Amino acid sequence: MQQSESTHSTETAGVQSAQEAPGGEIIRFDKVVKRYGSNVVLNELDFSVAPGERVTLIGPSGSGKTTILRLLMTLEDIDGGVIWVNGEPLSHMRRGDKLVKANEAHLRSVRKNIGMVFQQFNLFPNMSVRKNITEGPVHSLGVSKDEANQRAEELLDLVGLNEKIDAHPTQLSGGQQQRVAIARALAMRPQILLLDEVTSALDPELVAGVLDVLRNIAQTTDITMLCVTHEMSFARDVSHRVLMFDAGQVAEEGPPEQIFGDPQEERTKSFLKAVLEHG
Amino acid sequence: MEFFLNRFPLYLDGALITLLMTVLGSAVAFVLAMVIGILGTLRNPVARAVATVYTEAFRGVAALILLFWFAYAVPQITPYQLSPMFAGVLALGLNVGAYGAEVVRAAINAVPRAQTEATIALNMSWARRMWLVVLPQAWAQMLPTFGNLIIELMKASAIVSLIGVADLTQVAEEQRSSSGETVLAFGSALVMYFVIAQVLIFGMRLLERRANRRLGRAPAGGGLLDLLRPPTPGTKVGAAK
Ligand SMILES: Nc1ncnc2c1ncn2[C@@H]1O[C@H](COP(=O)(O)OP(=O)(O)O)[C@@H](O)[C@H]1O
Ligand SMILES: [Mg+2]
Repeated sequence: MQQSESTHSTETAGVQSAQEAPGGEIIRFDKVVKRYGSNVVLNELDFSVAPGERVTLIGPSGSGKTTILRLLMTLEDIDGGVIWVNGEPLSHMRRGDKLVKANEAHLRSVRKNIGMVFQQFNLFPNMSVRKNITEGPVHSLGVSKDEANQRAEELLDLVGLNEKIDAHPTQLSGGQQQRVAIARALAMRPQILLLDEVTSALDPELVAGVLDVLRNIAQTTDITMLCVTHEMSFARDVSHRVLMFDAGQVAEEGPPEQIFGDPQEERTKSFLKAVLEHG
Repeated sequence: MEFFLNRFPLYLDGALITLLMTVLGSAVAFVLAMVIGILGTLRNPVARAVATVYTEAFRGVAALILLFWFAYAVPQITPYQLSPMFAGVLALGLNVGAYGAEVVRAAINAVPRAQTEATIALNMSWARRMWLVVLPQAWAQMLPTFGNLIIELMKASAIVSLIGVADLTQVAEEQRSSSGETVLAFGSALVMYFVIAQVLIFGMRLLERRANRRLGRAPAGGGLLDLLRPPTPGTKVGAAK
């Protein structure tokens, strides 16, 4: 899948893209509208993501990045348009030839393809690290306890925390908690992983460890990733494409070299300048 | 002292009946509180209406009137004669359950939304979310108030003496009238009630401590004697920081 479009080279000024974006479509936003009261956050937003593609969403605070991820995770109701995942409507379900609002059963069947890591980790404080990782697979996927445990151990190896398997979340640093949260999401074997500013609640010295884990996942798996981050060098390393959002619209998009190296839109330039100035 | 020692077996029998009423009444109250409390957190308007009607109705009715209703009115309008103890358990359970339901509802609503969102991201069913994540976290928050409600229920159980249940209050009243020693008769009951309350409080603090441990909030120190002191207010239930 990764190599399927490798013949199509990007047209950026001399810089080779880190990876080629694969073809096809795994996610499609079709005229998606999201409002909070009278505040229209997304106004007929269209965009799509290819299988295995890693997309970084950037943009000023309040531009709707979190809302996009939350809609995909079915944590928010949609007010208009349709979100498609794997050619199936996510927010809706088919009834005859019409689309009606999804019910809980439909949501549970489409959600299983999607995992999310939150800014505040949201580990379960009433469980050990092990249970945090195994309860989802055991109870949502019907995986056996042994298999779930084995997978938890592998994933904790991957995020460098195998000695913490029986620790309690409150005994971990923020960076360790976030790595457990990443392992927890991966334990569900999602096709799509949503990452919402996963390092912005961390002390600066803990950021690199979490980003290294994500780099590793990007290199060793073909999980489709949607990543909201202000870590520009990380975005440059892992993403095939960067979407610059402003006021719920895609203001500019392109490979990271282009967006970070040679942005065309004034809004992108001033946003990047502001991010760089604040470190 | 001699008065009390001589009659200790009688008072003990009364105390055991009081304890039995408390345990059974609390069991009924607990089940009602959980069911009605959870109904009150649902989006479904029918479920919420049921919860509201129950809590408002049974919070507003004196437990004593409920008791008389079950003991004296129910046999008149139905073919059923409830035993006095059963009537007492029902009246106490329904009354305290209404308060408990509010505690359950509030504790569930106090579990951070982010915790529920994490369970949704793991694609858990509603039942799994409640059972694995929401209720265990809400539990720690419910326990202190549950402790108070159990003590209230235990004290309120004295009303069953009015329909002829031989509880601690009934024993005290009998001993007063047979011996004429008002001060000693009721003084002895006072001591017994106090002891029962302390036992219940101790048990509830053990449960609280265990619940807090599970949430990774073990209090410092922590000998058993600590449980005799009022607990320091715990940190807020919530997402890991
Ligand atoms: N639960 C909510 N209730 C009301 N308004 C919200 C809510 N969540 C987000 N918003 C609003 O939606 C807009 C987009 O928010 P968000 O998607 O969080 O932006 P971003 O992640 O890009 O900073 C903002 O104006 C924000 O105030
Ligand atoms: Mg955000």
